[in-house]
Order: sequence, then structure tokens, then C-alpha cells
Amino acid sequence: MSAVDVKPTVPVKQAESLSFGQYLIENVVRRNGILMAFVVVIIVLAIWQDKFLSPPNLTNLVLQYSYILVLALGMLMVIVLAQIDLSVGSVVAFTGAVAAVVVLKMHMPWYMGVIAAVFCGILVGAWQGFWVAVVGIPGFVVTLGGQLIFRGLAQMVLNYNSLSPFGGNYYNISNGFIKGVFPSIELFGKNCDVFTIVVFAIAVVGYAVSQWRARMGRLQYKQEVAPPLLFIGQIVLVAVVALFYGFQISQNRGLPIILIILAVFIMVYGVVMGSSSFGRNIYAIGGNLLAAQLSGVKVKWITFWAFVNMGFLAGVAGVIFSARMNGAQPAAGVGMELDAIAACFIGGASTTGGIGRIAGAMVGGLIMAVISNGMQLAGLSQGLQPIIKGLILTLAVAFDLWNKRRTSVAA
Amino acid sequence: MDQDNILEMRSITKTFPGVVALDDVTLTVKRGEIHAICGENGAGKSTLMKVLSGVHPYGTYEGQIIYEGEEARFHSINDSEHKGIVIIHQELALSPYQSIAENIFLGNERFTKAHLIDWNRTNADAKELMDRVGLVENPTTPISTIGVGKQQLVEIAKALSKSVKLLILDEPTAALNDTDSEHLLGLLRGLQAQGITCIMISHKLSELMEIADTITVIRDGKTIESMPGPEATQERLIKDMVGREMSSRYPTREHNIGEEVFRVEDWTVYHPTQPGRLMIDNASFYVRAGEVVGIAGLMGAGRTELAMSLFGHSYGKNISGHTYIHGEEVHLHTVNEAIAHGVAYVSEDRKRYGLNLLTNIVTNTTAAGISKLTSRLGFINDNKGAQVADEYRELLGIRTPSVMAAITKLSGGNQQKVVVAKWLYADPEILILDEPTRGIDVGAKYEIYTIINDLVAQGKAVIVISSELPEVMGVSDRIYTLSFGSVTGEVPIAEATPEKLMELMTKEKEIVK
Repeated sequence: MSAVDVKPTVPVKQAESLSFGQYLIENVVRRNGILMAFVVVIIVLAIWQDKFLSPPNLTNLVLQYSYILVLALGMLMVIVLAQIDLSVGSVVAFTGAVAAVVVLKMHMPWYMGVIAAVFCGILVGAWQGFWVAVVGIPGFVVTLGGQLIFRGLAQMVLNYNSLSPFGGNYYNISNGFIKGVFPSIELFGKNCDVFTIVVFAIAVVGYAVSQWRARMGRLQYKQEVAPPLLFIGQIVLVAVVALFYGFQISQNRGLPIILIILAVFIMVYGVVMGSSSFGRNIYAIGGNLLAAQLSGVKVKWITFWAFVNMGFLAGVAGVIFSARMNGAQPAAGVGMELDAIAACFIGGASTTGGIGRIAGAMVGGLIMAVISNGMQLAGLSQGLQPIIKGLILTLAVAFDLWNKRRTSVAA
Repeated sequence: MDQDNILEMRSITKTFPGVVALDDVTLTVKRGEIHAICGENGAGKSTLMKVLSGVHPYGTYEGQIIYEGEEARFHSINDSEHKGIVIIHQELALSPYQSIAENIFLGNERFTKAHLIDWNRTNADAKELMDRVGLVENPTTPISTIGVGKQQLVEIAKALSKSVKLLILDEPTAALNDTDSEHLLGLLRGLQAQGITCIMISHKLSELMEIADTITVIRDGKTIESMPGPEATQERLIKDMVGREMSSRYPTREHNIGEEVFRVEDWTVYHPTQPGRLMIDNASFYVRAGEVVGIAGLMGAGRTELAMSLFGHSYGKNISGHTYIHGEEVHLHTVNEAIAHGVAYVSEDRKRYGLNLLTNIVTNTTAAGISKLTSRLGFINDNKGAQVADEYRELLGIRTPSVMAAITKLSGGNQQKVVVAKWLYADPEILILDEPTRGIDVGAKYEIYTIINDLVAQGKAVIVISSELPEVMGVSDRIYTLSFGSVTGEVPIAEATPEKLMELMTKEKEIVK
């Protein structure tokens, strides 16, 4: 359309370009409060427990908490929709049970177990998605019912007994490593697996290139970008951390297979939530349901698929968890939904929907993971551990609120 | 301090990061008067009232507030209420499922000796207050079942229950029809007679000239002038508000009307939850390319219901009738079908139906046309989105330091422009604008009218729904009147007079079906 001929009577105040320090405060500290907290937690744990940064422990961290991160990916989408899924712990047990029956009772190949578990997860998601999206029952209620239904199904499928051991390839999903593709070398006096380090190096280069391209894209459209020094600093920091991590675990058993799976999932879901219309629609629905509806967002459709996706990921987590445990138990995954939900809230998701990032949920999950890990290393009592986790959850969200309130303009 | 003045705000300066919201504002309010404040979008009226009521606490602004002869240092809204200052916001703050009486005494409950709620006293006292404000309802009626005009009265009754001395009303009549507005203004005069001082923020100039003893104009965070009500003229106020002479409140346009674009026949809609309640009764109308069609109707005539039911059946049940675009019958059963056929609907309630208040200007601007930013692989180009939002910022004069700013940081008029931008980006052929200038000031209204002119100049068909007769008459080429769900008249602009339209708008159905 042609230009509007009434001009504002006051010249528009343009944002003055921010100084380095201001930019650091505005865009780094404020938006990444949880990341800062994560760094602090790591430093504290590293000082407190000298085993914390050791190669075996860093390897274990990934093996132990990967399924929570997978669940948190789906949970974040559900939470941003202003819904919740309380059933995932039971679904993990149910899908793990299905896989165990397929592999151990029916003696089918390991991948048939994976397919069956994931397929059952999708069915569960479709079932719950139907009630939430089509019938309109709140997700809280539907999935509370689901928690009971699928726990019961898990018990029936397993005939009230544990099934184990998987062994073989199924076991390796969560416990296998890639090592010795290239010969080992001596680095800083340590015996390191070259393949692991190469993979991490490629990841770092990939990260740097993608950041660079994003920056170029923003510049091309004349968008604000971080000062060059900060930009390089950020990449260097990530590279140092990633390479240190790679260096450490390369001294242990090599590259965990589950780490590769996890990385792929995180990247895919990061893109889906960050820059696909599906993700954008989820934010729109959570932000203002009515406005989204009137903007042509297919609310029922998106809600349905978000639950299907949650079921899918619960199936994946069921596989990962049962592989990790090398068997299926009727009581597997109890309380796991709460860990996934906590990861999202610690990571800055809003309890009323519309706000939350994949990266945040992952950092939130990692905070929970490292704290649990640190407490186990220190040998804290069974009572103290959940108390501390509960306090961390409360304080993390309080900190996030305070951080946002402090820096935002009063309405 | 002059004893005649209940309030003096001296040299109030309030800054937010990057923005000076109030710059050395002075406001003097005489005891017992009705003091009107007017100004453009974001001029600082609401901020000034928030400073006064303690929403922005003492210490976060510069300057001095002298209230009842002493310096006031309010740290919260409770402090100011304690001193008899009550503010009623534009968006009413009532609890929808509680009764009128419960709402009146919310936070100020009537207790028995055992410190339990004394329901008899609550309802009896509420009834008394309701009588004072002329609200005829049962005190136990839930808030959600009464209209917005009556809700406004509940707010005032609530203020009276707190022995208010200085009552502040922010756009009290914005959502009211003429009858309710009249009643409210009469009520304010009545309160004045009881010694209550009143500050009223309003965009309806005729209304505030009618009622105010003093009018203060604020522009760009500065006081422009204060004048006695009788000395004010529309021209003077508008000049003060926009800082320039406005030759006309409605920009002129070339009339270049083309072929028929959109036709609705026998449109009938029933209430979504009350079976058998007819909301729209056999409505038929059409709009041509390059034409602005006005739909005039009083509150409850079914204007919004008509528009929303047409827009992808977003309202109502058992919808029947036919819609034609360029002579071909189309079915607009979902919002997506409506958008795909080039229909856009700008809602009357931008916060509820128009915006995602959690995000920024970019996300809101691109919400309806998001497919244009999406690559073949399904990725959204956020940078392009920012560029698009920036273009609309310039085109529509959206006042903001950056398009990355949160939508909540914009004033109402600028938020409205973002909603308009959202639909312009979807590139519609037929635009339905439902109360496009509600709650925005004269300058922004003029800009919206100019945008409408640009749209019809491009051959788009525009339907404007408005409760303000001057606006309907100012922008339309042809006007349909709506009354009790029926189209009661079609009036070319040349034949339209306020009297004639009002007669049609109040006409009741002759035959009950």
C-alpha cells in the first residue's frame, strides 16, 4: 500500500546502539539467567566434589539423565501450549514393557522392540490428544487418567513381573559406545579416543558456522547483532566447554551412542520450536488462544499433534530407559513426569503457557541432572536429595521471576 | 497550598529505560470538580494516573504530589486508596463468577463478630451502594451475567464503599453505548454534588466538553494547557492534542467504486450456548471494490456476531445463508478458509482476540501471514519477519523504539495499528474492521481512517463496524443499519443523517417469527 500521509508528530525515538557492557547485561545475562545459574552450579560442584569433572562421571551423567531430556523436549511443547502431561512416567513404563515383551518373549529382533515401543507411545499420544484437542478436556485431567491407565497396562503387559535382560544391540542404545574407529593418541599425557574428539570438533565447527550464518542473515536484514567481540567470545567459550567435555569423555569409554541420539533430537526439536510454523503456532496458542484462533491457527490440530509428539517421545524415553536398565519393570518411570516438568519450569517456561525455549528446558534438565549427580557423589542421604531438588526448583523459578521483573519495564 | 485544590501534582517526571513518559507534568485539581484529561496515544495520561495512585511508587518518579494539603508519598495502591483515591481502570478488574455484592466488598469484606462473612450485611450494604449509582440488579447476581455498562457501575459502587474522595476513571465510556454513557455521566454529576472530586480520562471530546469543569491536555508527556470546560472547543482540544490544526477529522478520498466483491444473503446465526436464541436474522448485504460499507448498530444489535460468524464461523451455531465472492458462492467454515478467500477481520477487542501479549511486535505483525515467511521446507525466516514488521511500523506510524519491543509496551492506539498491520500483511481483499478506533485518540483515529482510504484506493472492499455515528458517517460510502440482529436499512452516504440512522438502528422487528 502507499505511504500513509499523516506522520507522527514526534520523531520516533530510535534505539541507540548499546555499548558492549549494556549489551552484555541486556541480551546475555538477562536472557540467560538460567544458563548463568547452571555455570555457577557446575563450578560449585567441581570444587566440592573433585570426581565431578572426571571422565567416568561426565560419561555417566549423559547415560543417567538422557531420558529426562528427551521427555522434557515434548513436555516443553505441551507446557508452552498451556497444557501439561502427567502420564509420561507411566507411558515410559508401558512402552518399555511392550519392547521387553516383543524382544524377550516374542524373540523378535531388537529394532522391532524399538518400533513397537515408539508406535505404542504414538498411540497413547493420539488417545490423549483426542480427548484434549477434540473433546476439550484439560490435559491435566486426561493425563492424570492416563497416568493410571498406562501404569495399569504396563503391569498387565509385564504380567506383574520384571523382564530382563535385553542385552545386545537394544542394551547398547543406552549403554553402548563408539570407540577405536581411529587409533588412540596421547593428549596432555592422557590416552584419548580420536573419534570422540573428532566428533566434538565437527560439532564445534558446525555450531560456529551456524552462528556465523545466523549473524550474517541478521546483518543482511539490518537486525541488531551482538558486538563482534562478544560473538567470538561466545563461540570460543562454547568451543572450550565442548572440547573439554569431549576430551574428558574420550579418556573413558568413548562416545556414548545415546549422546548422538540425544543431540539429534535436541537439534531437531530446537528447529521445530524455533523456526517452524508448527512451533510458532504452539507459542501463539499458548500466548493467546482466541487471537490464535482468529489468526487462522488450527488450534485443535496443533494441540492433537503436540500430544501425539509427547507420546512419541515418551515411547523413545521408554526405549532409552529400559535399555539403560537392561529390562522392563512394572514400576519403571514413577515420578519421571515431574522431572520433565521441573526441567521446563527451571528452564524458564511459563506455567500459564506461551513462554519457554527448548534450550532452556535442556539447561533446566541438566541442572537437575548435575545436582542429583553431585549429591550422589557426595553420598547425601535419601531424604536430603529430594529436599534439595525441590528447593532448587522453587528457587530457580523465583530467580527467573526476579530476573525478569528487575529488567523489564513496568507496564 | 490553595485550600480549594484537593490535588496538586508538581513537576512530575517519570522515565522508563529509554523513554521519558512524563516530562515535568503539572496538574491541579480543584476540590469537587470534574477534571478531564485528554491526550493522544501514549501521551502519558495513564502513567500520570499510575504515579498518582501509587502503582508507580514514591521514589520511582521525580516531582511532588500535594494531596489534601500535604505531600503524598504513596508506596502502593493501598496507600492511595487509604487516603480516598480510587482508580477505575479501562479494563475492569472484577471477578466474573462472584456476585455484585462480593465484588463491591472484595478485600473490604463485611464480617460478623466471629470474623466470618456477614452475608446479610454484605448484600444489604451492596444494595444501598447500588442504589446510589442507579444499578438495578440483585446484589447476588454474578458479574459475568451483567453487561459492561453495569459492571462499570459496580466499580463505582466499589469505590464508594471505600469512602472515595478522589475518583479517577480511565476511559469510562469507551466500551459503553450512548444510553449507558449518558447514565454514567449523570452519575458523575451526582457524585460531584456529594462532594466527590473526579478525574476522568477520555477520548470522547464531545462528552468531556459536556461534563468537565476543567480540561487538561497532555501531549508527549507534557502538560499543554488547562482550560475551564466551557471555554473548550473541539478545534482547540484537537489542536492541543495533536500539536497541529486538523482540517478535518476524516480524510477525504476519491470515490472509485468498482464491481461487487462480497455478498451475503439470508445470513442467520443462533446463539452458541442458548439454543433457539436468534442472533442474526436473515441479514443480506454486499460490498464493492473500492467501497467502504459502514455497519451501524447499538450495543447488542449483533454487529460483532455478524462479523465473526462470517469470518470462518468464529461465532454462533446453526449458521445458514450464502456468501459470494466475485459472484461465486464460497463456504467460509473455518478461519483458514476465510483467510484463503482474502477475508480479514480486525476484532473490536484487540487484547482478547487480536494480540499475543507475551511476544513482540514482529510475532504479532506476522501472525496471520506467517506462511509468507515460511520457506518450502517449513522454516520461518525471522529476519524477514522483522523487516516486514519494520516496514509496517513506518507505513502505519507505529510508535516504538524497535519492532523487537514487547507489544505490552505500546499504547492502545499503537497496539491497534499492529493488529491492522497483521491483517494487511495477510493481504486480504475484504477487510472487516470491528470498532477500529475504539479507545484510541483523535490523531491515531485520523491515521486509521487514512489507512482505510489507502485500502479502498487499492480496490479493496472494506466493512467498518462502529458504534459511533459520526465515525460511520465519516468513513462510509454506504451504511447498513443493524437492529436486534436484522438489517433494517441501507442508506447511501448522501442521504444519511444521524436522525435517520438512529431511527433505523432502534427499529424493532415488525413481525415476530
